[in-house]
This record gives sequence, C-alpha cells and structure tokens, in this order.
Amino acid sequence: MAKFAKKKDGDLPAVSTASLPDIVFMLLFFFMTVTTMKDSSLLVENTLPNASEIKKLEKKDRVIYIYVGKPTREYQKVFGTEPKIQLNDKFASIDEVGSYILAERAKKPQELQNVLTTALKVDKNANMGLIADIKQELRKVNALKVNYTTYEGNAFNNLQ
Amino acid sequence: MPRRKGAPEVNAGSMADIAFLLLIFFLVTTTIETDAGLDRMLPPIEPPDTDVIIRQKNIFTVNINKNGQLLVEDQLMDLKDLREAAIAFLENGADGSCNYCKGRRDVSSSDNPSKAIISLKNDRETKYSTYITVQNELVGAYNDLRNREAQRLYNRDFTDMESEYLNPETPSSIRDDLKDKVKRVQDMFPQKLSEAETTSN
Repeated sequence: MAKFAKKKDGDLPAVSTASLPDIVFMLLFFFMTVTTMKDSSLLVENTLPNASEIKKLEKKDRVIYIYVGKPTREYQKVFGTEPKIQLNDKFASIDEVGSYILAERAKKPQELQNVLTTALKVDKNANMGLIADIKQELRKVNALKVNYTTYEGNAFNNLQ
Repeated sequence: MPRRKGAPEVNAGSMADIAFLLLIFFLVTTTIETDAGLDRMLPPIEPPDTDVIIRQKNIFTVNINKNGQLLVEDQLMDLKDLREAAIAFLENGADGSCNYCKGRRDVSSSDNPSKAIISLKNDRETKYSTYITVQNELVGAYNDLRNREAQRLYNRDFTDMESEYLNPETPSSIRDDLKDKVKRVQDMFPQKLSEAETTSN
C-alpha cells in the first residue's frame, strides 16, 4: 500500500502570519474608536471623590474643564503645595477663570454656546474656599451649569 | 532581455510591525475618561426682582464646618442620617396639599415639597470630599423620593427614566413619551437646593 505518501520526520508546516496585520489593525481601530485624545496633561494631583447619584456627561463638545488640586511633585518646588487651578495646560489664578470660560465659549459653535457645562475636576483634598471662589467667578460670566466630576462609588468612602 | 513574469511580490511581513507601532502610539496618547458627576445649577448673580418671603420652617439648613461635622437644623448630625432627615423634611406636607407625601405632617416642618428648600452652607476650609458626600446625600434624598413616586406611577425608577431621556441615542418617539413623565415626577419634588456663599469663621 504505497499509495499514501509518508510524511518526513520533523517537518512542521509553517504557521501563516499573513492575517496578523489584520488582527492588529482590528485592535487598533477598536482603541481608536473607544478612546479620546488627551487634550491636556495634568499638572495637578487629581484624585476625584466618589459619589453614587451621578449623571453622565454625554457630549464632549459641550464641556469646559477646570482642574483643581495640589501641584504634582515636579511642580511643587515652584508652585508650592497649596491647591491650584489648572486651565488648559497651565496654572492660573482665580481671576483668570472668567476670561477662560468666555474664551472657550467663544470657540464653540453658536448653537452650543448656551448649553455648555463646566466640569469641575477637583481633587478630593482641596478646600471649599477655592471652589467657592471659582463658583463665584462662574456666576459672574453666567456659566451656571456645573458638573462636579466624580468617580462612581460609595460616597462615604470619601471620609476615610 | 527577457521580460519578467508579472510584477514582483511586495513583502508584507513588516506590515504587522507598522500596525503595532500605530497601536502603541494610540494606547499611549489616549485615555478612557471618567465623565460622570453631580449636575448642579448655580444661582444667577443678579438678585431676583421681588423679595420672596420664605418661612423659617420651610428651610432645612445644613451647615458643614471645617472639620467636616454637620449641623442640621441646629443639631449635630451624623452624615449617615442626613439622607433620612432630608427625606422626612421634604415630604412632611404640613398643609395637607400634597396627597402623595407620606411624612408626619409636623406643623413645625415644611408645608409641601414645592415650598421646601434645602440650604447648604459650608466653611472655606471644608474639604471638597466632605462637601461632595453631603451634596450626594441631598441629591440622593430627592432621587429616593422621585424613584418612589415613579415606581408608583410608571413602575420604573426615576433615575432610570431620566438617564434614558438624556441619552442622545434614545429614539425621539420614546424621548417625547418620557419627557412628560420625567417632568411630572420632577414637579412632584422640585429640587430646591440653595447654596449660600461660604463663611470664613
């Protein structure tokens, strides 16, 4: 019965890697669609508090961000350890908040200018005095819709 | 010169490397952001034209001091009891005009939910995390009451209806239907949470 050709010993067929680029491209497209570009690098510590009664911020183009917190370690020598405000990519003082909001609002399309939300990303160790000042500035420029951005979780974890 | 047979094949072996490079670039530069939080409206800066007289019994005062302790209606209170106290105040219904309230109808507390106001005051040195916890409990008190009424009327949680209503992917036919329901439950317990300016002492 010599009809069946015998395989040679130790001759493994090579695994085809031709579809590997397709798999990697699939991964790439997945990450491109589910993530967003980092628009500003954080200069402040930003551990958000937890809350349970939260609402999602749906549309990214209608949100203006304000970061508050202690400067990160490499900036502490220059700026100290008191909580500071970060607007875009730099530290700012309290009286710059109003003009920042107005500038950001002017950049948005006309139809969105009345529905903007200000997202306050505040570190959980910040003091309310600074937040109260920011809120006062926001009221002056009539940016009344705010969102205290938090993580989802049990609010009582904040107290520990 | 002999002609070659067809075009030479391009080696696609390094395609995977290029794609990996792109993938790693996107992994590094992007973040999956956490964009959820407590929505609040700030009061407009110009005072209202007419002075509204609010009776003291319709105001539920919450004070937070710099150590994170709570003074609720002039009594020291634990944060864990705040939600219950706020619910009891909101649905007290002393004047009897609120037929869905299940409160005690205490004459020294609020008249009805649309008159009941929660006033929140904090110190400049209060920690932000404490403030958020208090805000969360007060919003939670409203949500609890609204959920209860929404369950009774529509067999569904209010928070669930509201998030579907606010979701832009919801078809407009469902959204129109939800709009009235959400509005109705909101009007049963209108959120009146006033924040005074902070004190520094």
